[in-house]
Amino acid sequence: MGTVYLTRKAEFAASHYYHSPELSAEENLRLFGKCNNPNGHGHNYTLEVTVKGGVDATSGFVVDLKQLKEIMNREVLEAMDHRFLNKEVPEFETLIPTTENIAIAAWRRLEPKLKAAQLHRVRVYETPDLFVDFYGEA
Amino acid sequence: MKAYLTRRYMISASHRLHSNELSPEQNNEIFGKCNNPHGHGHNYMIEVTVSGQVDARTGMVCNLMDLDRVVGKEIVERYDHQNLNLLPEFERNVPTTENLCIAVYDILERGIRFAHLYKVRIEETMMNSFEYAG
Repeated sequence: MGTVYLTRKAEFAASHYYHSPELSAEENLRLFGKCNNPNGHGHNYTLEVTVKGGVDATSGFVVDLKQLKEIMNREVLEAMDHRFLNKEVPEFETLIPTTENIAIAAWRRLEPKLKAAQLHRVRVYETPDLFVDFYGEA
Repeated sequence: MKAYLTRRYMISASHRLHSNELSPEQNNEIFGKCNNPHGHGHNYMIEVTVSGQVDARTGMVCNLMDLDRVVGKEIVERYDHQNLNLLPEFERNVPTTENLCIAVYDILERGIRFAHLYKVRIEETMMNSFEYAG
């Protein structure tokens, strides 16, 4: 039996702003524009998690969706939903919470917790017209 | 860390699918309603995917303002509210969405210097989409 890919979506709402302490105030504003407002702004993010694996002969599942949903809730949504990412999520004390870094952070939170199936892709939509894919590549 | 960033842009344009190398009957048979000599239009949704290392300082594959500037100038300004058949790239090529995908990819490959152009995907309607990655 071949590999099957399964994708589960979740939504979370969070605020953030972009600021690098290594840059001057002027450089931050030039580079990040409106996103540099220190009071933050928010998005409705969509998280898409794709796992892959063989189909279990007994259950017919690649992964138990209930378990996947619980892992996504516990590892990502509880930490990020209705939070100010810069101030409340440990990864973003040092990293800028761009969509790229949110996708990487979600991957790092999910990957060690998935046992039955292998994590294939994390996709994070910041808006319907902007999203980032991360496949765990170095 | 390598990541892939995708941005969606919309353009509205008209076209007619017609090949001068085919007879009127063959054109009609192959292209059907799309061969209407007066043309017809679509809202095209163009998805541009770039890839690259996430910059340690900015947290970005590339600055969206740069991407928007290049795609806005080179693609949206060129194609939005135009009749595709009248553009030089479609003098000889039928302006199918396959060929539009290739044209957009080729223009952006030359224009995007700050990241690697990974893929262009175009939705002609909600039901049809086309991808080209060079």
